[in-house]
Amino acid sequence: MYLSSLLGLLTIVVLLSGGFVAAEPFRPTDAATVLERLPMNRGDERARALAADRARLAAAPRDPVLAMKVASAYYALAGAEGDPRYIGYAEAAMAPWAADPKAPADILYLRGKLLQWRHEYAPALELFAQALQRDPGHYETLSGRSAVLTVLADYAGARRDCETMRAREKELYWASCLAYIDGQTGQAAAAERQLADLLARHAGSSPEGQLWLLTRLADLATRLGRTADAERYYRRALALNITSQYLLSNYGDFLIDHGRHAEAVTLLRDWVRSDVLLLRLTLAAQALNIAEFKTYAQTLRERFAAAAMRGDTLHRQEESRFQLSVERNNTRALQLAVANWAIQREPYDARILLEAAVAAGRRDAAQPVLDWLAQSRHEDPQLAALAQKLMGGKP
Amino acid sequence: MKRLMVMLLLLVASAVAQAHKPSDSYLSFKSEPGHVSGQWDIALRDLEYAIGLDADGNGEITWGELSARHPDVASYALARLQVTAGDAACPLQATDHLVDRHSDGAYAVIRFSGECAAAGTLKIRYSLFFELDPTHRGLARIESGSVTQTAVFGPERAEQTFNLAAPSVFEQIVTYVREGVWHIWIGFDHVLFLLALLLPAVLRREAQTWLPVSRFAPAFWEVLKVVTAFTVAHSITLSLAALELISLPSRLVESVIAASVVFAALNNLYPLVSERRWAMAFAFGLIHGFGFASVLTDLGLPGDALLSSLFGFNVGVELGQLAIVAVFLPLAFALRATRFYSRVVFAGGSVIVAILAAIWLAERALDIKLLS
Repeated sequence: MYLSSLLGLLTIVVLLSGGFVAAEPFRPTDAATVLERLPMNRGDERARALAADRARLAAAPRDPVLAMKVASAYYALAGAEGDPRYIGYAEAAMAPWAADPKAPADILYLRGKLLQWRHEYAPALELFAQALQRDPGHYETLSGRSAVLTVLADYAGARRDCETMRAREKELYWASCLAYIDGQTGQAAAAERQLADLLARHAGSSPEGQLWLLTRLADLATRLGRTADAERYYRRALALNITSQYLLSNYGDFLIDHGRHAEAVTLLRDWVRSDVLLLRLTLAAQALNIAEFKTYAQTLRERFAAAAMRGDTLHRQEESRFQLSVERNNTRALQLAVANWAIQREPYDARILLEAAVAAGRRDAAQPVLDWLAQSRHEDPQLAALAQKLMGGKP
Repeated sequence: MKRLMVMLLLLVASAVAQAHKPSDSYLSFKSEPGHVSGQWDIALRDLEYAIGLDADGNGEITWGELSARHPDVASYALARLQVTAGDAACPLQATDHLVDRHSDGAYAVIRFSGECAAAGTLKIRYSLFFELDPTHRGLARIESGSVTQTAVFGPERAEQTFNLAAPSVFEQIVTYVREGVWHIWIGFDHVLFLLALLLPAVLRREAQTWLPVSRFAPAFWEVLKVVTAFTVAHSITLSLAALELISLPSRLVESVIAASVVFAALNNLYPLVSERRWAMAFAFGLIHGFGFASVLTDLGLPGDALLSSLFGFNVGVELGQLAIVAVFLPLAFALRATRFYSRVVFAGGSVIVAILAAIWLAERALDIKLLS
């Protein structure tokens, strides 16, 4: 009866591919079997310091200074590693102020940043407004709100927050804030000169500040067609030795766009755990047609399935590109890109929607992006070529 | 501080290998009247953060470290999962501890069960990790009879109720129709018996030899008679056995079924019964019915919808048979006059079926294993 047992086995496989249960649970036989490697080794002195702060906070959960210390430490970890569990830990530290509009400005600001991470921009802006009510000159909030408004393509609003900083803050802060918006709205060359000048005159500023400037400069140089300069900016940013998801994903895209797939694989090979970076790694591996491509693609497929089970929609950008390039499902890619554009309107979001619309031959779906390109006067040869293609002309 | 954290990251980054996924646990429930049981998969990383598992602090969690903390893991987790059926709580007990892997690393698997004093709507209150990580979610699957529901638990949806009302009679019939089709499909011996009986349907016996029939109609009527007789017969015994009015030892039933296949196949080669094959189909169909009944017993018949389920299962078996006939008959009819059909399909097929069934007969009658 082996045929029927084979068929039985097939049924089980089909049922399990529903994804709920990964495999049959097992009982290891050896006590020394290592089941899991933790991201932080408790023996490490600095990990111990964070654990100690967490323990002190557990004893005094309404201590705003301690709560800020713990939450911002986890927030920084999330930004470096791209690990959403750290966002959860930061939220837990902020929980005592969850419904308190009179919380200290620092706390209102950080809670806003946590919402921003989850792409919940409207409630984030509300918290930023509350923070500025408590402290009208709160620098982090002004700069954070300017960034969110830029994401939403409200450039006038974003500029207003930079101007507010002008009266109180160092030139580096307000000038870079303004130059960044200029760079998005038709003055890329001037913005690049301004930011390069700021970088030169503030060489002693914090490495995080330099990272911010260098990544924006690299983007501007790329869009201005100065690939070699962009490469130099990225190299300098990497030399700062700061782990940053933003830097790695931008440089990864840069390498892929310039056909340097092997370098992209080398850059991102150890970042399979980050969905954002795994997408770039998968695309590069696909272009090189290397054996790992299948594994990467399958892993990403499982992650998207797991996120869907939770009801998460944070990965629309990555999922749209994945559907387009790997699954070759143009319709699904376009759906995701359209849904993403409804939430956020950065150049990267525009690119995803244009690419999906070109593949699906659906100019109508990309009309909002074409309008945005015309209104913002955003300069990017890559986007212009896509728009040209969509409108039926030669690139 | 920020700078310190960044440095810390650089130190640990190279050693980390697990995926970045928000924290989820996977909870599956099986609910029966008066009883719940289930399995709960919780990420080791989350348990480490909550209660600390890495006893030697070397950044690795071993099976030894985990199993030493099994009582703590169970009491921590089960204290954060309250199940109520009707008005009465169903206190949960851990029954086993295992390990599993999901897309973001290793998970502790807690198997649990609980008795409920009352029956009725199932209420689940889930509060695992919410105070440590408000983004944690419990992804649950609740099975009750043939109905499966899913739910996502979060801080704002920590308590949810599940209406476990029995499925409608129609849903139940559909379920059993599907089971019936499936079991004729995987019930290889029933299919072979049927095929052995159908092979000669497109031929006629004349002067000690097989000749192709000239028209489709006689072949069709022959098939109809054979299939109907088989169906009526096994429906009778299937119903009698499922209603527990008659019961036969399964070894005897299975052996006679194998013998019936041998007989039907040999009858094609050395005909004993060449007229009225439907009568043979009926006689052996009675035995095959007992075979189907054992499948149905394994499936479990709902007490409140016994007859409709039985009916559904029978319909499913018939549909499965009809599908086989619908493929077989046109093919056989088209090929009936060829040497390929008379030599390879009819004679060769009968020989192979007879040998295979003879091996089953030996296996079942003597309780030995010949085919792997």
